[in-house]
Amino acid sequence: MDKRPGEQSPDPRADAGQILLQEVTDPTPPKGKARRSYGRMVAIPLLAIFSGLVLGAIFIAVTSQEVYAAFGQSFGAGLREAWRTIATAYGALFSGSIGDPARIAAALSSGDSAEIRRAFNPFLESLVASTPYIFAGLGVALGFRAGVFNIGAEGQLFIGAATAAYAGYAIKGLPTIIHLPLAMLAGALGGAVWGFIPGWLKAKTGGHEVINTIMMNYIAFRLSDWLLTGPMKRPGSFNPISPTIEPSAMLPRFFGEPIRFHLGFFIALAMAYVVYWFLFKTTWGFDLRTVGANPFAAKYAGMNVSRNTIAAMALSGALCGMAGANEVLGVNYNLAMAFSSGYGFDAIALALLGNSHPAGVVLASLLFGTLRNGATRMQVTSNVPIDIISILQAVILAFIAAPAIIRTIYRLRAPSKTEGAVTLSSWGGNK
Amino acid sequence: MATDTALRKHVEVSSPTRRIAMGLVFVLLGVITLLFFTRGITSDMRSTFGLNASGSITELPPWPVHSLTALYVITAFVLGAGAYQLVRGFKHRTNLILSLVVFAFVFGFLVWAAADKSLNLAGLVSTTLSKAVPITFGALSGILCERAGVVNIGIEGMMLAGALVGALVGSVTQNLWLGLLAAMLMGMFMALIHAWLSIKYKVNQIVSGTVINIFATGLTSYISAKFLQSNEALNNPGLFQPFNIPGLVNIPFFGSILFRNNLFVYMLFIFLIVLQVALFNTRWGLRVRAVGEHPKAADTLGINVIRTRYLSVMLGGLMAGFGGAYFTLGSVGRFDEVMTAGRGFIGLAAMIFGNWTPFGSFGAGLLFGFADALATRLAILRIPIPSQFLLMAPYIATMIVLAGVVGRSQGPAADGVPYEKE
Repeated sequence: MDKRPGEQSPDPRADAGQILLQEVTDPTPPKGKARRSYGRMVAIPLLAIFSGLVLGAIFIAVTSQEVYAAFGQSFGAGLREAWRTIATAYGALFSGSIGDPARIAAALSSGDSAEIRRAFNPFLESLVASTPYIFAGLGVALGFRAGVFNIGAEGQLFIGAATAAYAGYAIKGLPTIIHLPLAMLAGALGGAVWGFIPGWLKAKTGGHEVINTIMMNYIAFRLSDWLLTGPMKRPGSFNPISPTIEPSAMLPRFFGEPIRFHLGFFIALAMAYVVYWFLFKTTWGFDLRTVGANPFAAKYAGMNVSRNTIAAMALSGALCGMAGANEVLGVNYNLAMAFSSGYGFDAIALALLGNSHPAGVVLASLLFGTLRNGATRMQVTSNVPIDIISILQAVILAFIAAPAIIRTIYRLRAPSKTEGAVTLSSWGGNK
Repeated sequence: MATDTALRKHVEVSSPTRRIAMGLVFVLLGVITLLFFTRGITSDMRSTFGLNASGSITELPPWPVHSLTALYVITAFVLGAGAYQLVRGFKHRTNLILSLVVFAFVFGFLVWAAADKSLNLAGLVSTTLSKAVPITFGALSGILCERAGVVNIGIEGMMLAGALVGALVGSVTQNLWLGLLAAMLMGMFMALIHAWLSIKYKVNQIVSGTVINIFATGLTSYISAKFLQSNEALNNPGLFQPFNIPGLVNIPFFGSILFRNNLFVYMLFIFLIVLQVALFNTRWGLRVRAVGEHPKAADTLGINVIRTRYLSVMLGGLMAGFGGAYFTLGSVGRFDEVMTAGRGFIGLAAMIFGNWTPFGSFGAGLLFGFADALATRLAILRIPIPSQFLLMAPYIATMIVLAGVVGRSQGPAADGVPYEKE
């Protein structure tokens, strides 16, 4: 194609109409071909996850002093010890996240309902850990579809948590049926405001949303620091922690203590469906995706690019805000300092792993939630720090983002069409 | 290319809306000084500034300033500058005047804060400098990468990795210099991953930077939890001690601030000058900038775009590793989990704020460092502003600059765009 120097796409304005026409009239591929490309679509993420786990295993073995000691005796002993170390760690990861099969069997045969619940608790805890991931991953994925890179999920999550917590404890005397949706909505609104600002700045001034959302993250951290030491501080407490929310704002839990599995998980699944429906079944969603795919074509077709960019950032922020609200209303029941542990960056990995599709995001979130939950147990039983999870996530993300590496390792054929990549315009506003 | 950029900047500065916006900002600052800073200040009040940083050789007596007079002078200057800007415009001197106005405004703030009290100005400036060091190293790392057209949001991760390796190697070998070298190499290694992903595999550069950040956080926390916390001997590298530059250290006020520091501060000055000259006055710098602005044209002229980008990104990583080592070998003396605490991201902001130039980003680093230094003293001075709001200021300021309200910062044109040779 004839490219203008230094530009990432052919002069967009000249053939914008043509591109739009192609988008709209592109005939659906024949069935067989569609199935094959579907298989390829799943192969890369699965191989990336597998490779990540293998590299993680090697890393665990390499950083174990026992393995070195065993290699000092003999090569075979070293290999055995390495295998034992990896098996212990990943075994703990599995039983900590899915459940111990022996215990589940014993519980089922004993028939004691409390024991059965406890045996299944690791699995339910994994779902609890996945829930904020689903919300935040959906948020970032929605942004990607509309062509905005929301790297500020963390900040939006903080603000959403703060507003939800405030609505949760400051409003008193409402029935659950009103109070709970209200608190959830407050969280979504808080996040939406935090997403709206960078969206508006991008649309009106061209300031790049990546920088602005990073800045908004840090503003959110400082703001919640201030809120928790000042206006939202629990009276009489010396710790920076908010008052406990009213019981009427708590997301109901389904099983007795200590099982924390709560309604939030189902709300997250429902939101995934809503996002899917919105993006792929409504006109507005089509507009957003067109703006994301080619803003010039969208403009040519009479769509309002600025408004769609702002809307996408605000909606993305709202979903991330709901992630924060979910943690406050379903798990912690209060707002504490730094309760979030890097969900924002993880959400980017989730959206990419799930190919920015709601269903994919849910699956990726279940995986990450399971890993994170299992790693807590792994840390206790096999002395492998929980941070191994971040290493795994980084490696998986790298492989997902650079499928060529995976293809080289596993000798896969290259796709006929170049993959659509998230492109990045220059900083500092070229409007 | 260079003339194109210069022309663009000239147009930016002298556009009428920007001129008026800038003038209004000046006036606003003047009005704030007049309305808020003079409140509650009576004519018998004096703001006393201490002028000796710790370990000063040439002692100066404290400097009492008549608070009200100083504030009126500052107001007059700021309002005057605003009026001139609105009517005539400072044209190409706008940025210089802007920095003077900001400087005056900040001084007015200090006069207000220290009214009827005493504030160690030299100590404040000294803390500002040390807070600015890691920020500026981060910014230099960003400049090297982005001038060549590779966006680097992984500075934070590169610094963190450098900090850990510096502490680890420094402790094991009991040699600070080896620790520093290892930290630089580690930063370079992380940058190599970034370059490899984003140049060879054309991964989106934000994603690739995110990979670096997640990976570095995981790796450093893992090693810290597994080895450093249980074995103190692995996390005790010692510190580069401050030393005096003979002669210069005797200069009153500035002597003990600038010439009584450890290696990192002196190296920062050297790197700043070298990089500024190298980027804008050497053939190498011209090539790097050409690659960042217009890679295709550079390629046509025989510049190896891919190699230039690899080299720049790796040098950037080296700089980030150096900045990371500052935490463990120059400031704290041990590694703590996630100890960089977002300094890499502030460095990124400083780079934008300083318009992708070394000196500019050092100025931004000082401004951000000042906010940091002042925030810790607000409680002592009993100023009724929550310190968190002061700490937010750098981020808000960066967003304002990025939005182009007050002058516009302009990044390299091909920043973030992978190069595809045809």
